[in-house]
Amino acid sequence: MSDLTQPAGTRAARHQVQNEDLLFEISSPGKCGYQLPALDVPPVSLEQARTEIPDFPELSELEVIRHFTRLSTWNYGVDTGIYPLGSCTMKYNARINELVTRLDGLGDGHPLQSEALSQGALRIMQLLSQYLLEITGMDAITLQPAAGAQGELTGILLVRAALAARGDARRKVLIPDSAHGTNPATAAIAGYQVENLKSNPGGTVDMSSLERQMTADVAALMLTNPNTLGIFEEDIHRIADLVHQRGGMLYMDGANMNALVGRSRPGDFGVDVMHLNLHKTFSTPHGGGGPGSGPVAIKRELEPYLPIPVLATRADGSPRLDFDRPRSIGRVRAFYGNFGMFTRALAYIMANGCDGLLQTTEDAVLNANYIRKKLEGAYALPYATPSMHEVVFSDSLQAARGVHTGDIAKRLIDYGFHPYTVSFPLVVRGALMIEPTESANLAELDEFIAAMRAIAQEAQATPELVTAAPHTTKIRRLDEVAAARNPVLRWQRPPVVEHSRASS
Amino acid sequence: MAYPNTFRYTTEHEWVAPQAGKAARIGITDFAQHQLGDIVFVELPAVGTELVAGQAFGTVESVKAVSEVFAPVSGRVTAINTDLVKSPELLNSDPHGAAWMVEAELSDPAQAAKLMDSGAYETFVAEQDAAAH
Amino acid sequence: MLAELGLPSVDELFSHIPEYCRLNRSLNIPPGQAEADILAYFKAAAAANAPGFTSFLGAGAYHHFRPAHLDSLVSRGEWFTAYTPYQPEIAQGTLQSIFEFQTMICQLTGQEVANAGMYDGSTALNEACMMAARITGRSGFVVARSVHPQYRQVLHTLTQFRDFPTVEVGFTPAGTCDWDALRAAVTDATAAVAIQSPNFFGSLEDWETAAEIAHARGALLVAVITDPVSLGLLPPPAAADIVAMELQGFGIPVGFGGPYAGILASRQKFVRSLPGRLVGEARDSDGRRGFVLTLSTREQHIRREKATSNICTNQALCALMASIFMATYGKQGLRELAQHNLAKAAYAAQACSQAGLEVLFPSPRFHEFVVRLRRPLADLEPALTQAKLIPGLALHPDYPELGHALLVCCTEIVPRTAIDSLVAILAQR
Repeated sequence: MSDLTQPAGTRAARHQVQNEDLLFEISSPGKCGYQLPALDVPPVSLEQARTEIPDFPELSELEVIRHFTRLSTWNYGVDTGIYPLGSCTMKYNARINELVTRLDGLGDGHPLQSEALSQGALRIMQLLSQYLLEITGMDAITLQPAAGAQGELTGILLVRAALAARGDARRKVLIPDSAHGTNPATAAIAGYQVENLKSNPGGTVDMSSLERQMTADVAALMLTNPNTLGIFEEDIHRIADLVHQRGGMLYMDGANMNALVGRSRPGDFGVDVMHLNLHKTFSTPHGGGGPGSGPVAIKRELEPYLPIPVLATRADGSPRLDFDRPRSIGRVRAFYGNFGMFTRALAYIMANGCDGLLQTTEDAVLNANYIRKKLEGAYALPYATPSMHEVVFSDSLQAARGVHTGDIAKRLIDYGFHPYTVSFPLVVRGALMIEPTESANLAELDEFIAAMRAIAQEAQATPELVTAAPHTTKIRRLDEVAAARNPVLRWQRPPVVEHSRASS
Repeated sequence: MAYPNTFRYTTEHEWVAPQAGKAARIGITDFAQHQLGDIVFVELPAVGTELVAGQAFGTVESVKAVSEVFAPVSGRVTAINTDLVKSPELLNSDPHGAAWMVEAELSDPAQAAKLMDSGAYETFVAEQDAAAH
Repeated sequence: MLAELGLPSVDELFSHIPEYCRLNRSLNIPPGQAEADILAYFKAAAAANAPGFTSFLGAGAYHHFRPAHLDSLVSRGEWFTAYTPYQPEIAQGTLQSIFEFQTMICQLTGQEVANAGMYDGSTALNEACMMAARITGRSGFVVARSVHPQYRQVLHTLTQFRDFPTVEVGFTPAGTCDWDALRAAVTDATAAVAIQSPNFFGSLEDWETAAEIAHARGALLVAVITDPVSLGLLPPPAAADIVAMELQGFGIPVGFGGPYAGILASRQKFVRSLPGRLVGEARDSDGRRGFVLTLSTREQHIRREKATSNICTNQALCALMASIFMATYGKQGLRELAQHNLAKAAYAAQACSQAGLEVLFPSPRFHEFVVRLRRPLADLEPALTQAKLIPGLALHPDYPELGHALLVCCTEIVPRTAIDSLVAILAQR
């Protein structure tokens, strides 16, 4: 009898992966994986040294290698296959980016070296800044924020500083209900009240709501464009004009820039301040959850408030760090930003160039629209509005059979793919958010589509196959409820059990 | 599950059960716990906290969601259900009984009478269910 | 594909973008370049960034040897091209390694729970103070001036528009926190007391005294640590309520300032106030042990404006580097590594004294110390550059009262000959 859990003739195939215990369970006293050079200075003892680190692991180098290699085989990366997470832009992480980052002088450069000895690093930051400004159409930029969310916070703090300087401090920030959770969290941390802005039936900003809510007490509207539904805000000029007329600023979350690079520039459609995600649009690797980098690009009015130091240029064109910025909001983190991401992003931009960047955007949008066309009918499309680089379906056709977006995502794993983004944005009930990026060839897209169509059929005919998925992974669905009720967040040495002698 | 007819109910799915004198118990309804799914954590206020009708006084968490709990009436918290804090799953099995959240001394016992009775609440919940489908 | 979509050209997919939003020219960026050309550009830049110099800089970023297998492991595509582990069945590698990481951080710091990381040490301090404010319901912060200046600047920036009155407390002539001044500054309105050890000058602070002062007024002690290598030998901040630590010293490249990684570690009872990701143990339906992101309701994607923090992407790959580093050195290795650092700096400080230079702050120290120069650093720069030495950090911009003072760091990678050369140049009259 055929094994239905393992779909036949697909990308997925069974293969042995190995189990591997925790470091502490493998540990053995006296093992070590390092060797320090002989000490060439006299040893010194410390009076108040600590006692040994309790239960800290001891492994040989080979054990370390096998441990982290085995663990890696349980993961799925962009290198493994198409990774259709919406708004994450899981594109190829080129190896040249890794190589240039590790060059002597760059990989081991110290941020506090004198400027004279840091010209190489500063030139890289200068060139990257120049290219990002050209791409966004903005006037100035800071590379300091460590990630998108920190970029959002920096941007909103800049708005706050500018409005305070105008003598027009306001208390609210407007955020569409489709926004990523970092947006309202950021606004609250910046000390603003968050006000929700409803979307219209087309999935974009409802102009009459904006009319009503954009008051003299609103500091900014935080917009993602295209939005989290992958839809371009076609009313953007009316939106920007309205916000400006009422004395506010337009913040753009640049997470979805992969739909715009080379085709449209936020600086040209009225954005005052925006962040970029180098780990999305600009190919720096996701690393299992970071590091990222969230540069913030601004219009001239916000320039005095940029975080220090500001990268400036001398008369001869060479870069320097300017700390003399009396109106700066200050530092948002130590040093200059995630420099290792700057080298990678710059290498990406150079490798693609003006032609490649445009091609990337077009391929990303084409791929998403191809998926949309081939899956509509199998999955419900909540909005008829055109999609750009990502498409959002809902699970309503499957929900009637008790199959939800989370289940479909898990079944996709059995077909050899990483899931799409589940249940986001919240404006769509049971959302399936798919962003293929440009890093997928036609054959892969067709495989993905075939898998999704097969699962849609399974949802009708054999829903349990989907609701109990995944079947083929090393571990099945975990009891997240029990994990949250009684959180175990670290390993502890199990208590020694006294064995009775009764049996001996 | 039936909705006790001695309780009064809010549109935010809290219930208040008047007891002797000015005392009352407060909790959330079966409809609410069902919407939330498996409950993993309940946050309750300290004894002595002032409750203001319509304002949040605690939270209920499932794995993927957090919900605020709003005071159906005004008063002062006299006791909290520590069993519920230890075993949040009680809220799924017995939301109207063992999973009461707080006991309070009401500032105005007449407030409770203005809320929905069990019949009105059942109708309200049926409408909610219909609207969702 | 266009045929499938019934479209004549790709332009149709962008036709709904209003005319005035469209960029109707090429980006002013050169066309795509070959790898060889890109490499040449970066090699030229690297050459202009003092490659091959011996650096005595520390001050929050530390040159430690990175074991050779570290980069080869993290360069596996399954590690560095993977996403945040929201789908646990297909991300057990990342999840188990974070669980191990959380455990090792607890073991090192003497705390009960640790998160999966923050952006860096400076933002970890900020998050720790916010956490203390949530827990205590208070809003005052008291911070020692011997905490890293950039960390204090970050705290100021991120709190300036909200009501978090912050007071700074100075240091004694011995280079450690002025405990009397600290006691006077901590009040019943203080949420967090932040002390760093080793402090910015490299001197050791006493966690127990700091904790006693904070707790006497109901405030929480935030322990700041900028080089985790120090925990191989120094007493862990078990008395602290929250630890905010920079992880860079554990195998993360100095890389001109980033990416690094920070961590927060604390008591179990404060876990729901802890920001950032947490990985917990779980079982699947067949009883197999696995790991999963948990207590997610603290975070932005669920709690939105009421979240503990807005953090989403953190520094996961850097934390992985730290895990591999910790596993490689292990229990004995971290101790020996710290001992090497201690010895190198002690030798350097003694050599400075013997050369007639004034070493400030006689207190016990780890791998950094402060020496007063006879001449401005600028005068010595040509000789230092010639000898391919980066001397350390001039302190007068942040601590003008110290005059021409230099913060010198000696890690295990600095050869004795380089120390001798440095001292000879610094001692020049």
